Formats: sequence, C-alpha cells, structure tokens
Amino acid sequence: MDERVIKILVEAFPKLMNAAVKTMVPLTVLGFSFAMVISLVVALVQVARVPVLKQLARFYIWIFRGTPLLVQLFVVFYGLPSLGILIDAFPAAVLVFALNEGAYAAETMRAAIESVSEGQIEAGYCVGLNYIQIMWHIVLPQAMRTAFPSLSNALISMVKDTSLASVITVQEIMMTAQRVNARYYEPLLLYCEAGVVYLIFSTVLTWLQSVGEKYLNKYRGGNRS
Amino acid sequence: MMLEIHDIHKSFGDLQVLRGLDLSVDKGDVVAVLGPSGSGKTTLLRCINFLETADSGRLVFDGEEFSLGHISKKDIARLRKKTAFVFQSYNLFLNKTALQNVTLGLTVGRKLDKEQANEIGRRMLDKVGLSDRYDYYPYQLSGGQQQRVAIARALATDPEIIFFDEPTSALDPELIGEVLSVMRDLANEGMTMVVVTHEMSFARDVSKKVIFMEDGRIVEQGESKEFFANPKMERTREFLKL
Repeated sequence: MDERVIKILVEAFPKLMNAAVKTMVPLTVLGFSFAMVISLVVALVQVARVPVLKQLARFYIWIFRGTPLLVQLFVVFYGLPSLGILIDAFPAAVLVFALNEGAYAAETMRAAIESVSEGQIEAGYCVGLNYIQIMWHIVLPQAMRTAFPSLSNALISMVKDTSLASVITVQEIMMTAQRVNARYYEPLLLYCEAGVVYLIFSTVLTWLQSVGEKYLNKYRGGNRS
Repeated sequence: MMLEIHDIHKSFGDLQVLRGLDLSVDKGDVVAVLGPSGSGKTTLLRCINFLETADSGRLVFDGEEFSLGHISKKDIARLRKKTAFVFQSYNLFLNKTALQNVTLGLTVGRKLDKEQANEIGRRMLDKVGLSDRYDYYPYQLSGGQQQRVAIARALATDPEIIFFDEPTSALDPELIGEVLSVMRDLANEGMTMVVVTHEMSFARDVSKKVIFMEDGRIVEQGESKEFFANPKMERTREFLKL
C-alpha cells in the first residue's frame, strides 16, 4: 500500500467516525427506542386481545414485515410529498426504521410474553394483583429476558441497516464513504474501511449483549446462555 | 358457615365436569377432597376461586352471596384478598426471590411498605422452615422448598381460607413429607383449608372432613374418622381399598 492510499484512509477515518457518531448512532438509538415502544404496545394489544386494536396490530405487522425496508424508505421520503406530506430525510429515516423494526420486535415480544407460564399469572391474581401489576412485575421482566437475545440481534441489524438511509440523502457512513471515494477513487479500501466502522460498533454491541445476558441470568441458573 | 357452595355446574364443551354440587366449610375446618382423576376436584377448587368461571351456582362467603357464573371483576378481586391458593405446580414467580415471592402480594397488591412486608415475609418463610433461603430464586430450590415458599406466599396475605390443589402431586416421594408437615402445622393452628389431595394419610390424620367426589358429584362426605372407619357407599369402599 503506497503512502497516498494510507493518507486517504487515515483522512477518511475521522469523517466516517463522525458520520457514525452524528448520524448512525442517533438514527439507531431513536429508531430502536421508538421501535421498542411500538412493539410493546402492539404486542400487549394482541396478548390482552383488545378488539379492533388487535386487528389493527396484525394489519400493521403484515404491511411492515411484508415489504422491503428500502421500499418503505422510498415511499415515505419520495412518495409522501405527492400527498403534501414532507418529512426531512433524518426524521423520515427514524420513522421508517421505528415502524419497520417495531413490526418485527412486536412478534418477538408477543412470543416472549406468551412464553411466561399461565400458572404464574394465576398465582399473581391469587395473591391479589391486578392484570397490569402482574404484567409489570411478573410477566414483562421475564419476557424481556426471553426476548433480549433476539432484540439485541435486531439492534445490531439496525446499525447495519442504517446504511440504507443513504438512499434518501441521510449523510451517514455509507454516503460519506461514497463521497470520499468520488474524490479519490479507492473503492475497495474505502468501502472496506466503512465496513470496519460498522464492525466496530456491532462488536461493541455484541459484547454488551453478552454482559446484559449475564446480568439477566441471575434468576435463571448460571449455566444457561 | 364461612364458605358455602350451592349447586355448582361447570362444563368444558360437552363434558360436564361439575354436576350440581354443594359444599360448606366452617371456620377452622380442614376439608380433604378425594376422588379419582377426572372427578372434578381441581375444577371445583378453581371455580371457587374464579380461576375458572362456573356455568351456574352460588357462593356464600362470610354471609355475602355471589353468583358463581356472573360476578364482577371487582367482587372477584375483593374475595381473592380473603383467600389464598396453593397450586400443584407451585407457580412461583420465577423472576423473584423466595422473599419477594412472599411479599409481592403485600407490597404491590396491598400497598404495604417494604420493611413491614419483608418482616412478614421473613416470618412466613421461617414458619415453613426456610429461614436460610430468603434470597434464593425458585430455580435454586427443590420442589418441596418451592412448594413451601408457595405456602408462605399464601399465608403472607393473612387469608381466611387457603385452597390447596394437589400440593404434593408434583413432588418426588421423599419431598412430600416436608410439605405435608407444614400443612399439618397449619391445620393444628386452626387455619381453614380445603385440600384436593391423593394423600390418604393426610386426609385420614389431619383433615376433619372428607369429601369423596366422582363424575362431578359428591358420592359421600363426612367427618374424617367416620368416613375412613365406616364408608357408607359401595363406591367409596372400593376407592379406599386402592
């Protein structure tokens, strides 16, 4: 590798990290946080069998799981303006990521909630708790533990999926790499460097996942993963 | 009478599980409910505590009358504050320690402050012989210990009556004794208990009354001593021989 290439890569690195910290991280944090809220509500509506809302929840999951993320980004950012709805690129990306991941996570949460034994719920009623108290103190803590590995995977996926936001003009890591490449034309190394930046973040998250699982294992027997 | 059940009926689809059954329990009574599998014993207990909704029948509790088939959630919640239930499969809250299992009904269900609840909780666990297991999670306890935590949890809310649904059926034989001995202590202290059980020795030695059920009806009932010494019905004699 000659000096020129090294110089390009060294100069590009802070730009890519900057895009990661200023765009990818907030996009992931906001998108995933909203997704968690959405998925919890959508899961609970189904578990509690709330009429009408339950059907709406199924419809929402059907739409957002059944269509590609890329299509959803295009519809919201390029499509909705024809209806007079203009959303800036970053909030549009947050919205789409939240709705898309919300649909997947809702299914994860629903399954996790339903995996808590009916007997514990009955025992909760018998000691004088109401439905909401049982959910909050008994069911959700256990469901969260069950859902944690899947949700961690989803979070790591979202970190990588934020690269798609470049197609709706969000200036994240991928777009930054493209710009640097447009000037110097070193596609192999620059895109690999972008990959390394994603890898750094997903590695940190994978490590956090194992720490989190260890902590959550306290009521489950140490030798289970 | 503390608790009376009149003419309770319950079907699951075409299967009639309870076919018009009456039951009365006095304060301090220990009632053993016996019968072959599928006779409706567990369903009876679950209907009395509204874990299942009966099709019809009346419940009188402390002189207040309720319909077993149509009762408001509020009345159910009110009744449940006076009763407790011990399950065959313990049903401990798996994310809570033994002590937290016992105190949850106090701190959350009854808004007691934590210190007070913990004190009651520790006392109840001491009572069932688990003073060295306060901070253990259910997975760290044996079946017999888990069931004793469940009994402590039932006691903590100071119920007027405790329903036991086959409390020893899920236990290894060598662990049954420790649970039965706790139940025997409770009976001696005058706790009102209705116990669905297969433990003949418990029914004979501890319970005051015995009810023998089959096909959703009571075949025979009576004072425990009399029931075992002189069973009146042919079916009862046959069952007791087993």
